[in-house]
Amino acid sequence: MVDHPVAHRHGPVTVPRRVGPAAGLFAVALIPLGFLAVFFAWPVLAILRLGLGAGVLTVLGDADTWRLVAFTLGQAAVSTVLALLAGLPVAFLLARTRLPGLGFVRVAVLVPFVLPTVVVGLAFRVLLPDGGVPAIVLANAFFNVAVVANTVAGLWSHVDRRSEDAARVLGASRSRTFAAVTLPALTPAVGSAAAIVFLFCATSFGVVLVLGGARHRTLETEIYLRTVELFDLPGAAALSLLQIGAVVAALAVGAAVRRRRETALALRGRAESARRPAGAEWAVVALAYGVVVLLLVPVLVLTLRSLSTSDGWSLAGYRALATTGTSGTLAISGVEAAANSLRAATDATVLAMTLGISASVVLVAMSRGRVRRGFVETMDAALMLPLGVSAVTVGFGYLITLDKLPGDLRTAPVLVPLAQALVVTPLVIRMVLPVLRAIDERLRSAAATLGAGPLRVWREVDLPLAGRSVLSAATFGFVVALGEFGATSFLARPDTTTLPVAIGRLISRPGALNNQMAYAACTLLMVVTVLAVVLVDRLRVPGVGEF
Amino acid sequence: MTVTRRAALAALVFAAVTGCSVFGGDGGTEPGERTVVLVTHDSFTMKQEVLDEFRASSGIRIDVRKSGDAGSLTNQLVLTKSSPLGDVAFGVDNTFADRALSADVFVPYRSPDADKGPSRYSIDDTDRLTAVDVGDVCVNADSAWFAGRGIPVPASYEDLADPKYKDLLVVQDPATSSPGLAFALGTVAHFGGDGWVNYWGKLLANGVKVTSGWEEAYTQDFSGSSGKGPRPLVVSYASSPAAEVGPDGKPRTSALLSTCFRQVEYAGVLTNAKHPDDARKVVDFLLSQPFQSNVAEQMFVYPAREDVPLPASWQGVAPQPSNPATLPEEVDQAWLITLWRTAMDR
Repeated sequence: MVDHPVAHRHGPVTVPRRVGPAAGLFAVALIPLGFLAVFFAWPVLAILRLGLGAGVLTVLGDADTWRLVAFTLGQAAVSTVLALLAGLPVAFLLARTRLPGLGFVRVAVLVPFVLPTVVVGLAFRVLLPDGGVPAIVLANAFFNVAVVANTVAGLWSHVDRRSEDAARVLGASRSRTFAAVTLPALTPAVGSAAAIVFLFCATSFGVVLVLGGARHRTLETEIYLRTVELFDLPGAAALSLLQIGAVVAALAVGAAVRRRRETALALRGRAESARRPAGAEWAVVALAYGVVVLLLVPVLVLTLRSLSTSDGWSLAGYRALATTGTSGTLAISGVEAAANSLRAATDATVLAMTLGISASVVLVAMSRGRVRRGFVETMDAALMLPLGVSAVTVGFGYLITLDKLPGDLRTAPVLVPLAQALVVTPLVIRMVLPVLRAIDERLRSAAATLGAGPLRVWREVDLPLAGRSVLSAATFGFVVALGEFGATSFLARPDTTTLPVAIGRLISRPGALNNQMAYAACTLLMVVTVLAVVLVDRLRVPGVGEF
Repeated sequence: MTVTRRAALAALVFAAVTGCSVFGGDGGTEPGERTVVLVTHDSFTMKQEVLDEFRASSGIRIDVRKSGDAGSLTNQLVLTKSSPLGDVAFGVDNTFADRALSADVFVPYRSPDADKGPSRYSIDDTDRLTAVDVGDVCVNADSAWFAGRGIPVPASYEDLADPKYKDLLVVQDPATSSPGLAFALGTVAHFGGDGWVNYWGKLLANGVKVTSGWEEAYTQDFSGSSGKGPRPLVVSYASSPAAEVGPDGKPRTSALLSTCFRQVEYAGVLTNAKHPDDARKVVDFLLSQPFQSNVAEQMFVYPAREDVPLPASWQGVAPQPSNPATLPEEVDQAWLITLWRTAMDR
């Protein structure tokens, strides 16, 4: 039976563990866990504690609350399935084929992620004027195709193609080969991607507001209403507890799926696994290009809006980017806001990479060592939680906790990259961890036997094999930080405003020029993103990520 | 070996390209200068020259911290009362003032200029909140749309429910939008605690469209903005027509002045402020001629002072409503939203 032949061939290998520097591992673990404790657990618990009381039970006993839970989870589940269906062909295209124009696809897929949800919501309202659930689900999927494509392609491009070729030679059909050989090998990455997408969709805010009108509400939008407008902290606490419960349940399901599949794979360099598509593969390629075209439709709508005025086509919106808008809507020009965006995103990426890689290293080392599985999985889930908890809950939690730290961080500019890193770190972990876990332990043992110390083993074995994933995690994290709106709009000062926040300001004012400038700023944001991604792509020198 | 070196190089190149990070610089205070932190909402904007002038004459640098909309600002002030985010707050409006006052977020201070108009809008006689500006939320109409069809522009709340104006109005959800909440409060003031829910039932039957935010309603569904949507009536501000003036100098839209609800925005010195004396000077600055004469064009609101004229571009285009609805006594927001949702779910 070829259930998962890759695993059978190599098998889970138990190697006598070197007497490792347990203390060093512990110290590394303290970096992400300490960050999480101070900038996530403490604020969230503090704000929940303020609301705990009899009011919580009233809300939990309300039938409306449970309808809210059902709709939140339902729309997130459908959005996740859609994002997976659209993202997997793109992942195949990026990982397994060698075709001209793949660089363009890689960039095009990432662009949606930087666009402010308000603006994307407006674009979807143009395309689907009736809005409602189909529009919400499509818009959620639109944002998250990139998560699936990137996470899965990262692992896929390193999976040894020869197992598939062997299955084909032994007479398995293409679809059977995919189901029996390829998919099992990819399950860790698919599971990772699905978990992230589900969390993003379950907490999606702007999309639900703009496209749901007053009709569709989720836990996230109700937590916002009760915290920010009504100041009903007991109600908000009850809904937050439900949200956290739902997220933990979803993470547990994800972990269960991954547990069945986690295994060493024979990872290869990308050069060996990519080739020209053949036969029915072209259908998948066509599907992938179809997805890319669909992703570009809302982008096109926005670009057209930036050029059209009541009196015909005009570049006035773009000229206005050098200014601060009609009678100084912004404190700085659009171009300066773009520079601010790049700076804040760089900080957030550096921070998130440090946190994410140290967490991944610790998680892998713990599961290779004699640490109990339950403990490893709990730590893994805890690191994901920030994606599933409302930004408002965290933000209001900051208000009542961070003043106790030296320097009153609540109003310090460093809080922007810190808050962004909270969102980006789980993404980094989910992209890097599957690849690190898939590295064959025997390679590492061989290196160790040849005299390499633990650090040297990391440098010579793990890093080159995981290189591609580390780089795409950095790119992706950078793009997410560039587009971050919620925390930044809360924390940025007028003179450190980023582009997404500036777009939000411009779009919330009357006047044709403000509107046009907002859409032109979207185009600028997309151009900045493309340039940043291309730059990182260029840095992907031969030798990194190849083995 | 090459891998790590390349990665370090890449990081360096990147840091160089994007310039120094935000960890680097700070606002930069001149020696001998004091800083006052002004906590405000997202809509706060003021010309840099006006702020610089104040900085030069008073030696006070105003550090602006924006905190969401008026509701979000108020709640943050209440949550942080014992350790406030700044020294002075601007932007708590009459809808939320009660919440701030009963939590004792502000300390009394009466600015010398309060008698020049702002005291007209006082909430109580404790001098804890000083009115800075006034904004009126009114239904806006696309003049050309009605002229082109020979239909008179509707004039009252009752007209909006008239089948003659079926499917023409777009409003915002009072749960998620500040003008939406103001418009709903206006209907409570006009129809009373019993009649307003009934009125919303009529609006619903007359095809009212509800969006979550002002952006969708005004920039996309409204036919009078550059979005050229299908509906010629939208809930916006009395001042919005000033931003929709055509090349011929004539406004494309007008506000229906008998559908207005008045929002008054207040400033006050925060309890436990670190620099209470300088904070009072900032309140004085908010009432000063230079600041007041710029609020119209900067924030699309009317100055609280009487002796400050409206800008020329507003004359005739965006007159201040003379008799707007004001806050009905004791309206609880949660009560309003629950009833409103029930009315709209029918």
